[in-house]
This record gives sequence, structure tokens and C-alpha cells, in this order.
Amino acid sequence: MKISFPHMGYSYIALKWLVENLGHECIVPPEPSKRTLDLGVRHAPEFACIPYKILMGTYLEVAEMGAELILSSGGRGPCRAGYYWVMHRYLLEELGLDVKLIAFEPPLNDLKGFFKTIHWLRKTGGRSVKEVLNALEVTWEKIKALDDLELCSHETRPYEVNRGDTTRALWKGLDMVDQANTLAELAEARHEGLRLLESVPRDNSRNPLKIGIIGEIYVVLEPAANHYIQIMLGEMGVHTDRSIYLSAYTRNNTIVNLEGDIKAMARPYLNADTIGGHGVNSVAETVLYAKHGFDGVVQLAPFACIPEIVAKGILPTISQEYGIPVLTIFIDEQTGKAGVQTRLEAFVDLLQRRRENKAKSERLAI
Amino acid sequence: MAKVGIPHALAYYLYYPFWKTFFEKLGHEVVVSTPTTRAILDRGVEETVNDACIPIKIYHGHVASLIDQVDYIFCPRLISVRRHGDFGTETFCPKFLGLPDLIRLTFTGAPPIIDTPIDINQLESKPKSKKDKKRKPAEIMEAACVETGDRLGNSITQSRAAYQKAAQVHQRFLTLLEQGKLPPEAIDILFPPENPISYELENPEFNLAVVGYPYAIYDHYINVGLLNILHKENIKVYTQDTLSDKILNQEASELPKSMFWYFSNRAVYGALYYMKKGYIDGIVHITAFACGPDSMVDRLLEIEARRRGKPYLPISIDEHTGESGVRTRVEAFVDMLRYRRDKK
Repeated sequence: MKISFPHMGYSYIALKWLVENLGHECIVPPEPSKRTLDLGVRHAPEFACIPYKILMGTYLEVAEMGAELILSSGGRGPCRAGYYWVMHRYLLEELGLDVKLIAFEPPLNDLKGFFKTIHWLRKTGGRSVKEVLNALEVTWEKIKALDDLELCSHETRPYEVNRGDTTRALWKGLDMVDQANTLAELAEARHEGLRLLESVPRDNSRNPLKIGIIGEIYVVLEPAANHYIQIMLGEMGVHTDRSIYLSAYTRNNTIVNLEGDIKAMARPYLNADTIGGHGVNSVAETVLYAKHGFDGVVQLAPFACIPEIVAKGILPTISQEYGIPVLTIFIDEQTGKAGVQTRLEAFVDLLQRRRENKAKSERLAI
Repeated sequence: MAKVGIPHALAYYLYYPFWKTFFEKLGHEVVVSTPTTRAILDRGVEETVNDACIPIKIYHGHVASLIDQVDYIFCPRLISVRRHGDFGTETFCPKFLGLPDLIRLTFTGAPPIIDTPIDINQLESKPKSKKDKKRKPAEIMEAACVETGDRLGNSITQSRAAYQKAAQVHQRFLTLLEQGKLPPEAIDILFPPENPISYELENPEFNLAVVGYPYAIYDHYINVGLLNILHKENIKVYTQDTLSDKILNQEASELPKSMFWYFSNRAVYGALYYMKKGYIDGIVHITAFACGPDSMVDRLLEIEARRRGKPYLPISIDEHTGESGVRTRVEAFVDMLRYRRDKK
């Protein structure tokens, strides 16, 4: 069977390997482009958020490329993303396309359905249980390796001497992870990739600004959706820390994971256990970044994203109390790269000025 | 004795009789903001985070108009009122979940906000015991009432008695709805004003199902008097609120997956129910500009209506909606219905 899935950051490298090792052919989803978005916008409801539109476009593109089955994710709400697959299925039916769409509901809510789908994929691919378990393990390790490399690239980029070196090294590393087929090969690829990134010529005398990136998972993880914001900021000489990684809950080297109960952080401002998506996280993470001495926070969200709008309504209070500037960027199909860049440059200028003023007043005090 | 302010927006249209009775039984005075006006809307647009949808902005406007008149603002955190949906995780729209916080942080000088959580799954952040988890909805609601009464200085016994009375009134309200009264009519029957609203018609020309959120259908300012326009056109209106939960929930099996939002599910089920009924001539869906859940609801209903051959009219409302625009669209829709009828 020809199987495809949504494009989200670099995860396609790991998922491609998984699909192939379940005994199926993989149609690798193309990186979301202007065409993807145009296709999506044409068929999606006007006020659906941008991830919905990009996914819609991606599905139409992979259907053109011959995909017979699309694997997607479900959800338990109240974020709209959990209902995407139902609407996507309706729309694919309306367009008369011969492509099947199956969603994995969260295993915590629907363990049986989750295993049923995996089992069905295994049988149609003709693999043994042992092979599948091994494939799942390698895939997970791949996701972790991809995240490790990306994390390292964001730490390196603000120090690079020649602009673009880090991104080139990252791609070499990603290719190596892509080629790896066993756990041993993967460990080597990861090691080699990190070494490549570490050997990028650095200017360690710089003292980069630190910006935390928070917001809705899809636009935070998919560089093509957020106009490569982290690379853009990195090349402006800014150190960025992102709150979301696919492998996040297993790692202890990101700021967000250093703290225990993230919801407790949000409680003084937003007294709800969840408002869907990453709404509560966005509130809590702004507090966290402020406490860890970051210079500013950028909130990324799709236009009309419900949880992030609630968060946006609350962030000004935190911004005032902790004295940390927050820039909210709502992304839709009209958002242009130049617009994002101009706003980021202005924001970075503002942060730079704040830092200089702070240093000045501290000197005067002595 | 305290003055409790209830904004005339959002959940007001379905739960006002309950809370009015509850507070009055406890001996407090209930102040309701006036129906939405231009001034309320403008104030709301000024205060609210600019990306919010129009009903949330209107709610802020109503709160602003109450601030100087009351001792408390009643803005419960509506989380969930039933265990429903594929995983039993149905909630209200995320904006309802964060609403008390938005209000609190927007109006810093406001009177205290009573933000009792209404959550069928857990009343406090953590259930104290396994028994708590299995509590009956009525017990959970009673506990929420006790918590609300406590904020106003009332004893547990008083709150419980008031809850019993309020539940009775709510039951009467539901019975009126099932008899075909729309919520504003039913509220006027329970608490008669000088000029009660009535949408009775002798010989309606058409029967239309108007579905959507209660705060979009029954707020005459924001939908520029749609119900009155339909009334004058001699059209009888049915909404999802005149159907009992039991009837509505039977429609759940028509969908691959239930939606996550209480009001959306009601609107969708109501629309699906009416699509099957021969006496209904068409479906009107009222949706608020930039409403998140509605982007899904609207397309779903559009597709289902086309598949079932029912005329479907979506009306999107925002702060700039003009009466003539809506009137023209309704008239065109009715003309189309006449043409369809005559052709048959």
C-alpha cells in the first residue's frame, strides 16, 4: 500500500522509515509550499486554522502523487485539531478522491483502536510482531536524534561566523540520520551529526539575546508554516529556545522540562486544567522563560486559534508583572515572510535596547 | 444581601432561570444587563483581546456595563455539563474555559468575580476519592451551588434549599422549551415582563430550522433581529433548543465522531434531526465571525444538507453586519423556497 502522512518539521524522516519498515511504500509528503497552501485554502472552510489548510493541501498533493492511505492523528478536544480528520475525510469524499484517511486517536483514550490500526498495518505489510516492535523502537530513536540535531543547531546558529554554515551542517546530519537503519547506525549518525554542528566555526565572544518560542504545536514545529522563524532569528544572532519538541517529554535538557508541574505555573493567571491545544502551556512557559532570564518571548499561533487567543488575552498581564516583552504572531495564508521578518527585527531591536538600558542603569548604580 | 450581576450573553439564554432563582432564593438581588446595544458592543470591542470572536467581545461589553451596579459578577467557568462524545470529554468552547480569567485580567477594578467551575468530570482540580468521580450530575451541580453560595456568605443548608428550588424552575423551563417555546419566550413566561416576547403564528407559510449557538440566535442586536425578520415573513422558527437531549443525542450516531463542544454538538444534532423532517423547509445556520468550532460545523452542515437535499442558508454575523444585508439574504432564501414549492 502507498502510505502518506502530514508533514511536520523534520519528523517525516523518521515516519518515512517507519512506513517502509512496516512493509509499505511511502509517499513522502512534500514540504508545504505556496501551492500546498493554495490548494488547502481553496477547499478548506474560511475560518479553519492554517494547520488545517496546510494539511488539506498536503493530502491533495500526496493523493496526486498516488497515495492510497493517509495516516493522521485524532484528539480528545477541545482543540479543533482532533476533529480535522473527520472534516478532511468529508472533503476528500466530496472531491471524489480515492484515498483513505485513518486517524490514530490518543492511545490513552482509545487503546484498542490504536492497536487495531497498528495490527492492520502490520498484517497488510506482511511483517512479524517482532519486526514491527523493532521498527517502532528505531523510529522513536530517530525522532529523538532528529530533535537532538535540531536543538543543537539552534544553540550553534547565533554564534556561527559564516551565515548558513549551521543550516548546511544540520542538513548533512539529517541526511545521515535518514540513512541509518539500525540502532547502532543511528547512534553513530547522531554522534557524527552533532560533531559536524560542533565543528561549525564559532565566535564565542558574542552574547546573544535569548528568546523563547511558544505557541501552537503545528506552527511552532513546521518551519515552512512559521517562515523558518528559528533560523531567521538565529541568523540575526539570537539564541532561541523552543517549548515544544516531539520527543520533549523524554528529555531533560530543555528549559520547559526542568520544571515539574507546568500547569501550576499557569494557575495564578489561568485557573483551568486545559483549554485545549497548548493554551495553558503558553501561559506557563512565558512565566518560565521570564524566570530563566530570557529577554523576550515570541508566541506563534494560527489565526483564529481558540486556545492561543485566550492565552494572548492573558499574556499582557504576565508581560507586565515579569517585565518580559511578548510578541504574538498570528499566522494565516496572508502572512508574508517579509512581514514576519520586519516585525522580528523590530522586536529584536527593542530587546537589544532594553538590555543596553538595563546595563547602563546598573553601572550608574555602582 | 448582595447584588449579583448576570451578563445578558453567552450561556444566559439557557441557564438564566436556574441562576436567577438560585440567587433570589438565597436573598440576593439579581441584576441582568440590558439586551445588547451598540454601546455594549463598542465597549466590548474596545476591551477584549482583538482576535476574539464577537460573542466573547459582547460578553465583555455586558460585564463592563454591570461593573458600577453590582457587588459581584457571576461568570461561572463552564467546563462540561455532561459526559458525552467519543471519549466522554465534551466541553464548552475553549474560550468559555478561560473566560473568567480573561474577565478578571481585563477589568482589574471590577467587583469580585464568582467563577465557580461547572465540570461534570471533576469539581475541584482533583477528586478527593473514587466516590467523587462517580457522583451523580445532580450532586455535582449541588456542590457547585454550595460553593457559589459560600462565596456570597450563605450556609450549606440555604444553598441546598435554593438549589432544589432552582432545579425545579429549570425543569419547568426545559418543559416549556420542549413544548416549542424558544428560550426568550420561555424566560418571559417564567418571569413575566411588561411586554413578553412571543413568536406565535397562526398559519406559517414555511417552517425553518434555525440552528447555531443560543447566544447567536437569540441576541437580537448581533443577528440584527433575524427572528423578527422571519416572524414578519410569516415563517415559524424551530431551533435545536426546543428538542430534548434524548432526541438530540440519537443523532450522534450519524457522524464518524462527535464534536468536542457542547453547543456545537447541539447545533449539529439539531440540524441533522431537522434535515430528516418533511415539515421543515430549510435550515438556517447562524455563525459568528471567526468562531473556531463553527468553521467545522458550518462546512459539515453544508455538506450534509447538500447530500440530503435540504436548502441551507449560512449567515455569518460580526460587528459590521447590517440589517438590510441579512434581510436581503433571508428574502432571497424565502423566494427560493417558494420557487421550489411551486415547481413541485
